[in-house]
Amino acid sequence: MRYIIKFLIILYLLSISKSFAAENTAKFLETDWTFKGLFGKFDRASLQRGYQVYTEVCASCHSMKYLSYRNLSEKGGPEFSEAEAKAIAANFEVTDGPDSTGEMFTRPAKLSDKFVMPYANDEEAKSANGGAYPPDMSVLVKARKGGADYVYSLLLGYEDPPSSIKLDDGVYYNKYMYGNKIKMPAPLSDDLVEYSDGTKATQEQMAKDVVNFLMWSAEPHLETRHKTGFRVISYLIILTILVYFSMKKIWSRVESKV
Amino acid sequence: MSDHEYTPSSKFGKWFNDRLPLLSLVNHLTDYPTPKNLNYWWTFGGILTFCLITQIVTGLVLAMHYIAHVDHAFSSVEHIMRDVNYGWLLRYVHANGASMFFLAVYIHIFRALFYGSYKAPREIIWIIGIIIYLLMMAAAFMGYVLPWGQMSFWGATVITNLFSAIPLVGESITTWLWGGYSVDNPTLTRFFTLHYLLPFLILGLVVLHIWALHVPGNNNPVGIDIKKPSKDTVPFHPYIVIKDAFALLMFLIIFAMFVFYSPNVLGHADNYIEANPLVTPAHIVPEWYLLPFYAILRSVPDKLMGVIAMLSAILILAALPWLDTSKIRSAVFRPLYKQFYWILVADVLILGYVGAMPAEGLYLLIARIGTIYYFAHFLIILPVLGLKEKTLPLPLSITEPVLGGSPNLAAARDKTEKIV
Repeated sequence: MRYIIKFLIILYLLSISKSFAAENTAKFLETDWTFKGLFGKFDRASLQRGYQVYTEVCASCHSMKYLSYRNLSEKGGPEFSEAEAKAIAANFEVTDGPDSTGEMFTRPAKLSDKFVMPYANDEEAKSANGGAYPPDMSVLVKARKGGADYVYSLLLGYEDPPSSIKLDDGVYYNKYMYGNKIKMPAPLSDDLVEYSDGTKATQEQMAKDVVNFLMWSAEPHLETRHKTGFRVISYLIILTILVYFSMKKIWSRVESKV
Repeated sequence: MSDHEYTPSSKFGKWFNDRLPLLSLVNHLTDYPTPKNLNYWWTFGGILTFCLITQIVTGLVLAMHYIAHVDHAFSSVEHIMRDVNYGWLLRYVHANGASMFFLAVYIHIFRALFYGSYKAPREIIWIIGIIIYLLMMAAAFMGYVLPWGQMSFWGATVITNLFSAIPLVGESITTWLWGGYSVDNPTLTRFFTLHYLLPFLILGLVVLHIWALHVPGNNNPVGIDIKKPSKDTVPFHPYIVIKDAFALLMFLIIFAMFVFYSPNVLGHADNYIEANPLVTPAHIVPEWYLLPFYAILRSVPDKLMGVIAMLSAILILAALPWLDTSKIRSAVFRPLYKQFYWILVADVLILGYVGAMPAEGLYLLIARIGTIYYFAHFLIILPVLGLKEKTLPLPLSITEPVLGGSPNLAAARDKTEKIV
């Protein structure tokens, strides 16, 4: 009886993990992410390229309101030099004030400023995008089931719709999108950006770079987390072994087993 | 509380102890005679205490940085994740800590069910435990609302709407709970206040839970009454302390794996989208630990009856000491109960699974069968089983089944006698 139940429990756990993985319509595209695994780290060059894709392509519609320009030069991120990050920030204009005369004024952005948003408010964003609101991308990867794999697949998942599906104007077919209909036109095409490090800007390369960048923006402390985690777990394992032998020693005074 | 008088050896100690018997209490806690055959399922009491303290400590620091306002809650959580020193660690420990807390409490509850720990003379311990469990669910639910993501908002909407099922006053009660006509800023601020309060109530109840435990002493895997102290017991310190520490460390390794390597796997992706009252998520699902009750709620076609069924599913546990008519505690000596026990475990797991699925078709049918079986277990099977079941003969002491003639017996007895 117990074995039957145990078997059922295992079956149950398997079915849960299966059903969570297989709920979407299509299986996600696979690519090797450097940030996965016990020692997972970001690929610095890819993060920098990813920022370029974000700022040249995505940023015309998508905000990233929880990031500041200083983050670009922080450890564990794209690690632009501080001078580079300052130069990047200076490309953007922010409204500041009021000054001593009570007037608002614009000035170039500084490291401490948040990423400048493409639209003044949600309503403007919607009206500029056919009623669809381009979501903020700061934590986008964590806000979608399937995470990085999903966003990567979505970026490359544009296809001609099957003949059975009629699409309205301004609606596109994407085989990874929930319901397969998406209002964002395919954002990437080969050589859309020009990488300064000579990497060829294929669609796949750009998708991978930008998703890397988005993963970092959603989890800026991922590298510290992995590093700390390895130390914490190693420490716990060693301590557990020591405590185990202490326990054995103490319990050897009584005849019961532990 | 203690079976014997304790006198501190130092003069100051004696002076102090006569005025406030704190040292007597410490002596009682360290000497507390514990059955020596407790297995690892008994270590979860200590683990749960650790979980509670962890939640309180991490929660206090998070509260220093969190802003309970609909316009700032989500971004203050992002501020914690990005800019607060080790804020990501605090938040992931707190969020996963809630899940680990429930994992441990479910093991703790099912251990009590298996070994009949709820039976006389431990009914009060059990009932306090059920109250703690109820408060935990309330605290966890309100905590999940605080980040003000989509699941926070819609979960709060669904759960608070349950109160509207109450006849006549339901609507007014819901409005009163919300502090308005929908889940909004007043709801968030009061949930934050209550989320801050409940852990301290739980802490108080935990003290009562342990106090009530220390009157009759621990149950044990054999489930028979034992003489205390005797050769069937060991002093709590160092025997149980080191064993609990070992089990806690194993638990912490699993805890750390979640926190550091898959901190979001137990949560829901939608909760990283800021709450939007105008957009309903495709599936509104509570956290995993509430899923069996969610399944029971949805399996009843009538809203009011569903709410009653869900509440009864928890409250029925409080009546368990009287529903289980068997005089034998441990399932080890109850061959039939043991089988029904495992069926109940499977039933609850199945309910949890269908609770996560849409309430339609086959899932709904399974949920209904599971719900009926859940209640049948407590209301029909247990009362009848206690009267009909042929149980196995009980040993006279716990040494009898355990002991195979150990050379250390004399040493152990000397040790016990010295301390007692």
